[in-house]
Amino acid sequence: MKKMKLVMVGNGMAGVRTLEELLKIAPDLYDITVFGAEPHPNYNRILLSPVLAGEQTIDEIILNPLSWYAENGITLHAGKKVVAIDRKKRIVRADDGTEAEYDRLLLATGSNPFILPVPGKDLQGVIGYRDIADTNTMIEAATRYKHAVVIGGGLLGLEAANGLMLRGMQVTVVHIMPWLMERQLDDVAGKLLQRSLEARGLKFLIGAQTEALIGDKNGRVMAVKFKDGKEIPADLVVMAAGIRPNTELAEKIGLHVNRGIVVTDTMQTVTDPRVYSVGECAAHRGIAYGLVAPLFEQGKVCATHLAEFGIGRYTGSQTSTKLKVTGIDLFSAGDFMGGKDCEEIVMSDPYGGVYKKLVIKGDKLVGACLYGDTVDGSWYFKMLREGRPVGDIRATLLHGEAGANIGDTGHEGHTKAASMPDDAEVCGCNGVNKGTICKAIKEKGLFTLEEVKKHTKASASCGSCTGLVEQILMFTAGGDYSKAPTKKAMCGCTDASHQETREAIKAEHLLTIDSVYKRLGWRTPNGCSSCRPAINYYLISSWPKEAKDDPQSRFINERSHANIQKDGTYSVIPRMWGGETTADELRRIADAVDKYKIPTVKVTGGQRIDLLGVKKEDLVNVWKDIGMPSGHAYAKALRTVKTCVGSEWCRFGTQDSTQMGKDLERALWRMYAPHKVKIAVSGCPRNCAEAGIKDVGVIGVDSGWEIYVAGNGGIKTEVAHFFCKLKTAEEVLEYSGAFLQLYREEGWYLERTVHWVGRVGLDYVKKKILDDAAGRKALWEKLKFSLEGEPDPWFEFDKAAVDTRQFTPVGAL
Amino acid sequence: MSEWKKICRVDEIPSLGARRVARDGAVAVAVFRNAEDQVFALLDRCPHKGGPLSQGIVFGSSVACPLHNWTIGLDDGCAKSPDEGCTPSFACKVVNGEVLLDANELATKALDLPAPTAGPRACSAA
Repeated sequence: MKKMKLVMVGNGMAGVRTLEELLKIAPDLYDITVFGAEPHPNYNRILLSPVLAGEQTIDEIILNPLSWYAENGITLHAGKKVVAIDRKKRIVRADDGTEAEYDRLLLATGSNPFILPVPGKDLQGVIGYRDIADTNTMIEAATRYKHAVVIGGGLLGLEAANGLMLRGMQVTVVHIMPWLMERQLDDVAGKLLQRSLEARGLKFLIGAQTEALIGDKNGRVMAVKFKDGKEIPADLVVMAAGIRPNTELAEKIGLHVNRGIVVTDTMQTVTDPRVYSVGECAAHRGIAYGLVAPLFEQGKVCATHLAEFGIGRYTGSQTSTKLKVTGIDLFSAGDFMGGKDCEEIVMSDPYGGVYKKLVIKGDKLVGACLYGDTVDGSWYFKMLREGRPVGDIRATLLHGEAGANIGDTGHEGHTKAASMPDDAEVCGCNGVNKGTICKAIKEKGLFTLEEVKKHTKASASCGSCTGLVEQILMFTAGGDYSKAPTKKAMCGCTDASHQETREAIKAEHLLTIDSVYKRLGWRTPNGCSSCRPAINYYLISSWPKEAKDDPQSRFINERSHANIQKDGTYSVIPRMWGGETTADELRRIADAVDKYKIPTVKVTGGQRIDLLGVKKEDLVNVWKDIGMPSGHAYAKALRTVKTCVGSEWCRFGTQDSTQMGKDLERALWRMYAPHKVKIAVSGCPRNCAEAGIKDVGVIGVDSGWEIYVAGNGGIKTEVAHFFCKLKTAEEVLEYSGAFLQLYREEGWYLERTVHWVGRVGLDYVKKKILDDAAGRKALWEKLKFSLEGEPDPWFEFDKAAVDTRQFTPVGAL
Repeated sequence: MSEWKKICRVDEIPSLGARRVARDGAVAVAVFRNAEDQVFALLDRCPHKGGPLSQGIVFGSSVACPLHNWTIGLDDGCAKSPDEGCTPSFACKVVNGEVLLDANELATKALDLPAPTAGPRACSAA
């Protein structure tokens, strides 16, 4: 079959990213031809500033070398500017006469610097700041001339000014607005920024209006004249007063243009369905984006439509900003100016050079402006995009994520990636250091957190170093690449989020994995190892006694009811109610250890005994010989209920914590949940059972029991929140059970209680459990109904759907 | 001339699951069955850290290793990008609902690849 022809006009980041996405999903659909006005392959335009500043070279910022075009069979016409397009005959023509036919046309012409319409704008030495040629002109000028004037104190202007200054020029920044970067910063932060740039040697003329550029007798610029009559010397003038979508060609060929080439949610032009447009030249719902993250999203959507998959829509993005001037940290996102109906939380330390402003509207964070300490930028940005209510964390919001999560482990307590040496470990789970991550980002051209995770494994396990990896990505690849959609697809098999999937299962009474896949349009026939266990859990937790558990959709531990070890053997942890055992039980365990030659016997942190190194073939017999119930130490389920000895023995004990623990454990065992669940009961506030870091912690006091929820002793040591105070043991069961049932019904798979409560807010949980007595009782009843008659998988194989064939090999030699 | 050895019936392997074929003194062979009842045979040893692939979750024509979730193609035994590495695959066919493996391959292929170790013995050996 003859291939269709795709022609792309423009060879920049957004366009080439679109081609990359297209080649990934439909590598053989098109013969591709690319026209680029610049004589270079695609490079990372955002990193021109570090090149100007002498921190990187042009070679280092090339994203797709010429060999990439060749390997993918793409015809590249670099240095040829397209001047005409015949939309009837579907032919593109370049300035040198080169022609190409197309079936689909992709316009990715980017933007042009806005050149002030003042006299003298065409003099020699007056340039915009846009491409490699401009950058080289500046680098060259810095070797011969002294005085530079940058018009425009925005992001680009300041980066240009900083670079020129580092190259030895005396630089004055002219800015017509009352403070620097007024589109990204408020006045306080703008002035802090000005002060620190002045300390480095930049000069500023704030509020100055340029009237004319004055040339010398050779036609080169020599001075800038202002409306107030003042003149300053200038051998180089850089116009950085904004960019304009480059729509010249689009207008010429009759496409609808309004602040950019007008496109639909599928990135198709509204005028001609054969013509698509992405990047800075495209206007989507009235906005032409200038940051890379939204443009890459556009590229992805456009690629799926070019590939004729017909899926995916671009619905707009929220953006955030960082300045790439080494040593200056600023971040802003959303509505950072605030105003009517908004409240502001502000921290200002002008001597320390730190300023933080958070803008809150209703109960949500809508904007943030940070100067001097931006570690939490991505945390705030995430909260802003997700629209999470912040009422319950207002008091500590300004202190950021570190304030909220002091217990992060695995990266030596680092919070600033920039100050880490290359050999410092970023990801303690997978042993990935900073240098490795930087190298992968540069060499493999990575742009998103997901890509870095895949290639380096950094932050791919426990995720506690995600913030650090984002920072590294930020200054190695430039820009902010965090993904903008508020909802995250469950996995690559679908666009549906965990929430949508849960809701569909509940609302439409879906009972099988296949029906979920069908209803929500899964792209894969039987999912993957990520979505299938999640859906299996959602089904059995939403429809107990109706939906059938599918063992093949469970991780091996929940299929073999033991915990797989690195050599393929298993560990066995029998249940010891409340951590109490007997001589009889210990004797049976000891006998089994001898009989099955179990190499290691270890006491766990949850007051139980772990038998490690059991062969799979022996599991069934070990369970039988020990004769104790399954401890579910392998499952996303109730694990242990840890107790102290309590009032039965302890001279300080106020309550019978051991009995309370046993009662809780007997009531809740066999309870599957989105993730593991740990409970502890202490008999007095000395809290020897460490109830402060459990999903549900119960602490006995003289007058009753205090309940704490959503603690965590793992990746993030998170102290549980006080939930309520109760009088009787029956109440403890009811409130704990109701809390856990709400988590079972609403938590996303693999979300611990700490993350679930963090997502929905403690106030919401309190409303459901504490304020609504009928709702609480109903939840508790539902949990009891779900657990009623649930089998012990170590003994009731049929009922627990344990496929016992797995314990015997086939076809022995 | 290859001799085919009967292993089991196809329906003795769970759909989207696997069984192990034990081999004396060598790593076992895993036989997989996908949703279309195709059967595949690979050395039961992930190219990453030796995890038993037979214990993984099967989807499409891949299996996710139970140890670190590498995705291994059932048809060629190779890790999906960007992970790298392959585990040997074994000739396998289905005749009248019986799964057959090449007896010669079973007896001779990939005998040198060590099984992963764990526990106190592994530490003292290292």
